[in-house]
Amino acid sequence: MSTLLAGRVIRISERNGRFSERVKALSGEEIDLCFQCGGCSSACPMTSQMDLLPSKVMRLVQLGEEAVLKSRTPWICSTCFNCAARCPRGIDIANVMEALRQMLLRSKFDHLKLETVGREELREIPPIALISSLRKFTS
Amino acid sequence: MRFAYYPGCTLKTTARNYEDSALASARALGMELLELPRWNCCGTVHALAKDDVMHYLAPIRVLVRVEDMNREGILEGNYRLVTLCAMCYNTLKRANGVVKEDPDRMRKLHDIMEREQPYEGKVEVLHLLELLREMGFEKVAERVERPLTGLRVAPYYGCLLLRPRGFGIDNPDSPRVMEDLIRALGGEVVEFPYRARCCGSYHTVERKDIVAEAAYKILSQAREMGAEIVALACPLCSFNLSERQDEVEREFPGFRKIPVVYFTQLMALAFGLGEDVCGLDQNHVDPRPLLRSKSLI
Amino acid sequence: MGEERSTVTIYVMGKAYEVPASLTIMKAMEYIGYRFVRGAGCRAGFCGACATLYRKKGSYKLEAALACQKVVEDGMYIATIPFAPAEKRTYDINKLRPTPNVLLEYYPEIARCLSCNTCTKACPQDLQVMDYVQAAIRGDIEEVARLSFDCLSCGLCAMRCPAEIVPYNVAQLARRLYAKYLAKTSEHLMRRLKEIEEGKFDEELKRLKGLSREELKELYDKREIRV
Ligand code: SF4
Ligand code: SF4
Ligand code: SF4
Ligand code: SF4
Ligand code: FES
Repeated sequence: MSTLLAGRVIRISERNGRFSERVKALSGEEIDLCFQCGGCSSACPMTSQMDLLPSKVMRLVQLGEEAVLKSRTPWICSTCFNCAARCPRGIDIANVMEALRQMLLRSKFDHLKLETVGREELREIPPIALISSLRKFTS
Repeated sequence: MRFAYYPGCTLKTTARNYEDSALASARALGMELLELPRWNCCGTVHALAKDDVMHYLAPIRVLVRVEDMNREGILEGNYRLVTLCAMCYNTLKRANGVVKEDPDRMRKLHDIMEREQPYEGKVEVLHLLELLREMGFEKVAERVERPLTGLRVAPYYGCLLLRPRGFGIDNPDSPRVMEDLIRALGGEVVEFPYRARCCGSYHTVERKDIVAEAAYKILSQAREMGAEIVALACPLCSFNLSERQDEVEREFPGFRKIPVVYFTQLMALAFGLGEDVCGLDQNHVDPRPLLRSKSLI
Repeated sequence: MGEERSTVTIYVMGKAYEVPASLTIMKAMEYIGYRFVRGAGCRAGFCGACATLYRKKGSYKLEAALACQKVVEDGMYIATIPFAPAEKRTYDINKLRPTPNVLLEYYPEIARCLSCNTCTKACPQDLQVMDYVQAAIRGDIEEVARLSFDCLSCGLCAMRCPAEIVPYNVAQLARRLYAKYLAKTSEHLMRRLKEIEEGKFDEELKRLKGLSREELKELYDKREIRV
C-alpha cells in the first residue's frame, strides 16, 4: 500500500476546515466522532486494492486534507456497508466515500469512461451492473 | 393474497429464471404477485449524498405506482410492494425511508414530478423472503413435493439484503431466513462466514479482477465448508458469482466451478413445478448434472 | 379585456420583433427576414427538422415545440435547434438479433436514465419518452417500438435530457429490430409480392407503357376510386 501523504506536514487552515465541512454536509456524517480505532478498515473487504485505508480516509477528512480526493479508495469502495456495521461511533463510512466521489463527479469528472467498455462486454453484462456502475462512477 | 410486485430491469433480461421461478413458487403458495402496470428502473443503488434529489425520482415514482394501483382499484388497501432483486429492494426501501422523514426533499420531488400524483408515503417495501417468513416456513414445507434431500446448499446474502442496519431483511450478523427456507425445502444448509461478504458489485463493469478475487474467496470457502451449490437472491451477485467464474478459473488455477442458483429456483424445484419454470438451463454454471446426480431432476 | 391584438412581440436571438399573431414560429421568422436553409423541411409537422425551444415572459418553464406547428405567443423568447448534436451508432441490422441486451449494447448510456421525465415533457409529439427509454433498458423492444412509433427524431428530448441520452436513436434501432424480427409479416403483402414476381401485372404494365400522354391522362381522370 502506498502512503499517499507520507512525510507531508498537514496544516489545519481555514481552507482545510471548509473541506471537512463540505464532506460532513454531503455525507451527513459526524466525521469528528471518529477516534481512529481502525474497525472500518479491518471490516472492509476491498483494502487490498486501496491506497488509503478507510480509517485513514476518515482521518484525512477530519484534518481537511483535500489531497484525499486524489486517493483511489473511494473508487474502490463497493458500498458494501461493512464498515458502517462495525463502527463503534455509529459513522456510516460508505456515506463519506460517496461524498468524496460526488465532489469529483460534480466537477465535470467521470471515473468510468463508457467508451472504453467493449461491445463484447456490453453484450454480456446485465443491466443492473451497467446501471449501478454508471450511477456510481459518472456524473 | 394479491401483492404489488416490482420486477426491476434485470429480471426482465438476464435473470428471467429468477422471475419465472419466483412467480410460479409464489402462486404455488397462494400468493399472486401483480407486476406494476407501469414502472421504471429504481436506479439500483441508493443515492447516499444528503442533498440528492434527482436520484430519488426513480424509486419514488415506483412507489407512486403502488398507490396508483390502489387508487385504480387493482389492489384494495394493500400497499405492500414485493421485490426479488436485492438491489431493488434496498434502493426502494431506503428511498422510501428517507422521503417519509424529509418533507423538504419530498416537496422538491413533487415539484419535478408534476405529472404524477403526490406520494402519500403509504407503501411498505418488502422482499419475497420476508413474506415467506411471515407466512411461516412450516407452510412452505407442507407444499414441498420433491424435497431437496441430500443437497448441500450454501445460502449467500451479499450486502444489500442485510445492510445497512435497519434496512435489512434479517439480523445482519446472524441471518436465518434463507437457511430456514432451505431446510423447509428439505435441503442441507451449509453456513459459511463469507455468506455476507461483498461480491464486488458494480466493479464488474471495469474491474473484473476485483470481482474475480471476491468470487474466488466466497466460492472456495463455500466449497471448503462442504457446499455443492450456492443459493442467492440478487441478479448482480448471481452474475458476479456465476458468469465471472470463467475469470476466476483463469486467474486462480485449481479453482473448481460450483453452480449458483436463485433461491426461488430451489423452491420451484422442491414444489415440483417442473424444470421449465426453474429455467435451470439459463444458469451459467450448469446445476443440472449435480441435481441429476441427486435424483432431484 | 379589449380586442385581441393582431400582432405580438417575439424575441429571436434576443431581439424583439412585432409579428402577426396568427403566424407559426417558422412563418413569423420568415416574416422578419430569416431564411431557412436547414431547420425546415415538410412544414407540416412530420419531418422533425424545425425543433425549437422557447420561454414565455414571466415563466420559468423552458418549452419545446415544432416551429412549423406552434403559433407565436406574445413574449416568446425563441431559439431554434436545427440539429441536435448526436451520433447514430453504426450497425448492420441483418447481423443484429433482438436480444434483451442489444439496445444497451449499442446505447449503453440509456442505463443512466434518472426517470426524471424531462424528455416526455419536451416531446412535441406527446410521446411517453421516459417510458420508452425505460422499456429499452429492460430490453422490451416491442414496447419501445410501440411507444415511439410517432417519433420524428426532432431531437428535443435529447437536448433536454440531464443524463445525456439520445432517446430517438435508441427508439429507431428498436423499431428496426421490431420490424425485422418481431413484427408479424403481413400475409397480404407477401401474397402480392409473389404475384408481382410471378408476372401477374406484367401485361398491364406493358400496355400502360405503350399509351400516349393523352391516353394516360384520360385513363387517370376516369379511374375508379374505391373507398
Ligand atoms: S462500504 Fe466501502 S469502505 Fe466500507 S467496507 Fe465496504 S468497500 Fe470498504
Ligand atoms: S470504525 Fe469508525 S471510529 Fe473506527 S476508524 Fe473507522 S470511522 Fe473511525
Ligand atoms: S421522442 Fe424525442 S425526437 Fe422523438 S418526437 Fe419526441 S422529442 Fe422529438
Ligand atoms: S430526460 Fe433523460 S434521464 Fe430524464 S427520463 Fe428522459 S431519458 Fe431519462
Ligand atoms: S418542418 Fe417538418 S416538422 Fe416542422
